[in-house]
Amino acid sequence: MKKTKIVSAVSVLGLTAGLAHADGHMANDMTLVSWGGAYQQSQISAYTDPYTAMNDGVTVTWDESSAEAVAKLRAMNEAGNITWDVVDVVAADALRLCDEGLAMEIDADEQLAPAPDGTSAEDDFGDLLVGDCFIPQIVYSTTFGYRTDMVPEGVEAPNDICDVFDLETYPGMRALEKRPINNVEWALLCDGVAKEDVYDVLATEEGQEQALAKLDTIKDSVIWWSAGADTPQLLADGEVFIGSTYNGRLFAAIEEQGQPIGMMWDAQVFDLDGWIIPEGLPEDRLARALDFVYFATDTQRLADQAKYISYGPARLSSAPLVGQHATLGIDMAQHMPTDPENAKNTFLYNYEFWADYRDDIDAKFQAWLAQ
Amino acid sequence: MSDTTSSGPMLAADGTPLKTSLARALRRQKIRALALIAPLLLFVMITFIIPIATMLFRSVENQIVSATLPEATAALQAWDQTSGEAPSEDVFQALFFDLFKAAEAKEHTKLGTRLNYEQTGTSSLFRTSGRNLDDVGEEWQDPIEDIAPALEDGETWYAMMSGTGSNDLLEARRALWNDMVPDTFNGDVGLTLSDEIAGMLPLTAAAYSDWAIFEALEEERDISTRDPWEAVYAALGLDLRNPETVAAVNAYSGPHAEDLQLVTANLDQMPDLMFRDAFADLDEDWLDPEVWQTIKIYSPDYTSGYFLNAIDMEKGPDGAQMRPENQQIYITLFIRTLWMSLVITGSCILLGYPVAWLLANLPLRTANVLMILVLLPFWTSLLVRTSAWKVLLQQQGVINEILVWLGFVDDANRLILMNNATGTVIAMTHILLPFMILPLYSVMKTIPPSYLRAAKSLGATNWTAFWRVYFPQSVPGIGAGSILVFILSIGYYITPEIVGGTDGVFISNRIAYHISSSLNWGLAAALGTILLAVVLVLYWLYDRIVGIDNVKLGG
Repeated sequence: MKKTKIVSAVSVLGLTAGLAHADGHMANDMTLVSWGGAYQQSQISAYTDPYTAMNDGVTVTWDESSAEAVAKLRAMNEAGNITWDVVDVVAADALRLCDEGLAMEIDADEQLAPAPDGTSAEDDFGDLLVGDCFIPQIVYSTTFGYRTDMVPEGVEAPNDICDVFDLETYPGMRALEKRPINNVEWALLCDGVAKEDVYDVLATEEGQEQALAKLDTIKDSVIWWSAGADTPQLLADGEVFIGSTYNGRLFAAIEEQGQPIGMMWDAQVFDLDGWIIPEGLPEDRLARALDFVYFATDTQRLADQAKYISYGPARLSSAPLVGQHATLGIDMAQHMPTDPENAKNTFLYNYEFWADYRDDIDAKFQAWLAQ
Repeated sequence: MSDTTSSGPMLAADGTPLKTSLARALRRQKIRALALIAPLLLFVMITFIIPIATMLFRSVENQIVSATLPEATAALQAWDQTSGEAPSEDVFQALFFDLFKAAEAKEHTKLGTRLNYEQTGTSSLFRTSGRNLDDVGEEWQDPIEDIAPALEDGETWYAMMSGTGSNDLLEARRALWNDMVPDTFNGDVGLTLSDEIAGMLPLTAAAYSDWAIFEALEEERDISTRDPWEAVYAALGLDLRNPETVAAVNAYSGPHAEDLQLVTANLDQMPDLMFRDAFADLDEDWLDPEVWQTIKIYSPDYTSGYFLNAIDMEKGPDGAQMRPENQQIYITLFIRTLWMSLVITGSCILLGYPVAWLLANLPLRTANVLMILVLLPFWTSLLVRTSAWKVLLQQQGVINEILVWLGFVDDANRLILMNNATGTVIAMTHILLPFMILPLYSVMKTIPPSYLRAAKSLGATNWTAFWRVYFPQSVPGIGAGSILVFILSIGYYITPEIVGGTDGVFISNRIAYHISSSLNWGLAAALGTILLAVVLVLYWLYDRIVGIDNVKLGG
């Protein structure tokens, strides 16, 4: 009796695995690439720990190279030796990898799990399936945090994106990312451009100059960051009054480290992070990678990740399952960028636009910075 | 001496001429020496010289444009780029077939990315157009299949196109495929094109061959049953626009001639679509002459474009021209990199010289302790040291706090010591100091103290004794240290990235950006090549002025 149970359990597992790929022997070693830090830890807890518990003999190696994933994958591809199996990248990089033929195309309905109520994966992820290769995991946002103790007396705390550009009411240094993306959108928004026109304006020479001119008004008060950890550090040390960074970093600074920092969600820019599978894997490793991705992006797993970090799950069906933080015990829903209270005024990273204009506007932005 | 002339060449003990014998011995010695260094030479070649050379070679490489769009770029050569108008129909027709192939092989987006470095917008232009080319082909596929239902099937096509012949066309098409995706399309396609049909329907035969090669070798499918691409139907439609071809088809009697004749009998149902309009429908940017200018300028296999970009220029229709002012950055960065490296080298000399002197002149026991103090930071991770400087230098950092506490600096006007050039100079001077101190120390160790004493006993003041006697002897150490520090600092990028802010970053930061972020490896390679050339020129100048023999790393 007991034996048959085990057998049927195994066959159920085999069945779910069978959905993800047709047949074939699966490799037992898997190299996953991610960002390190708290984010990678949340993936270990939510995805790989349960996965290795379910699949005896599978070992996972982590490589913290996501920041250089595009360049490294290209080099691996040229050398003809792909050592990575599943790679965590932001959606813009996934689009690039897909364009370069370095990432495998994914058929969401075929290769990803449907929602528990039977909704197909394609509908469950909806618009978040950017490009043909990207398997979304989380929604994060780039937003602002400010020092609550540095708000001038008699003034209310900043709650509008244009407060960043208002040096009179809110004096002090700002921290902005050392690249045009997001900054130029915010600048135009605060220079009287309507939200729906921002990218039309940015596509023109004049619009780009207008954005840089607006940024010029605060240039002397800006510290430009290039790593996501910079702004929380600058805020914690009181180096800046307000600064942009990823919302999960601010959550950690506020809730886990108890820093006097407040969140300003206005005009937060949504972006996506997810998996890609490199093109050209041998069959057994590909089978393992697909099996893992099928498991790690199902409804429950994505909801589980939100227990460890304040990034929203990419599936619609995961949202109701988001619970409390695993160690702090606080309700995570209100810390999600997608929470209705936080998402009153939001942007979605415009992948197509930036794929085209990134080089051009970046050249102008860097030239402007160097002036 | 006279032996050689009078009694033949001088002979060695074994009877061979001495000259040959000596040469043989020397050669053996040389080979032995070469064999000894061979492992190192091989190692350096494989891991260092060849990778760097191939990387630098990317700065001129540009095959991707003509390999991806071979026929369109060939047709484009006849286009007058100063006309202010997009090219004519034949270029668009060639573009359709080239791009169709590229889109099937997913190469079109690579080309889009490549051209987007030169012309904003080409990335999405190629991506979206590639996705929608099937629709253009269906304009022909649908009526052809309505007229001759047999042409819906892959079997019909295979029987129609197969026959006897030299297969030259197929091999030519295979060569084009292999240009686009090297070494992918080797092996048996399983198709012998009928010479008769290839002569009669040239476009169709070419498009069918393209499809067959791809289907058989890349997708590994059975071409005798698979349906061909939409582009093959479009090619057939184009072939049949020629009245001579129509006449030939009507006289044809090969396999499935009846199906082809069905089509020729109903030519009025075929679309009179022009590719120029079709592309304009896909994206109006295709009619933008600037897009075509970019494609034409970058169609040669090798380009100077990356090098021009690296010195703030660009290729225009009339040759090289400066970039718009708001995009010029690289020359500024090159000059800044050289200038700041000089400043860093100078401050290393100023700080390192006294320390090295102390080390060389103190009793051994004290000198050793000092030496450890010099080496300790040397052994610490670069990132740790740079981050430590961040803590020290920031406005709420240790240095500012102390200055404010001492009252030297007003609390409201704290010094800005980092996120600018000052921060880079301070942090890098500290990081590179050991590279100055160590060669200085080893040179100073060899200067006998008795020289100074002798100078003084002959009446020199302390200053004269140092300046006229000691300093000249330590110059080789300064030379060695300066070269080390200068060349190291030119290539630094982590420290400037962390503490440099905007006006303290180097050219290497842009190289890193283009390598890892924008993926413009060609530009990165060009910038790197220029940097390498500048260093070599400076080294040569240094050799001419100071003399490389005057550099000493030790006794």
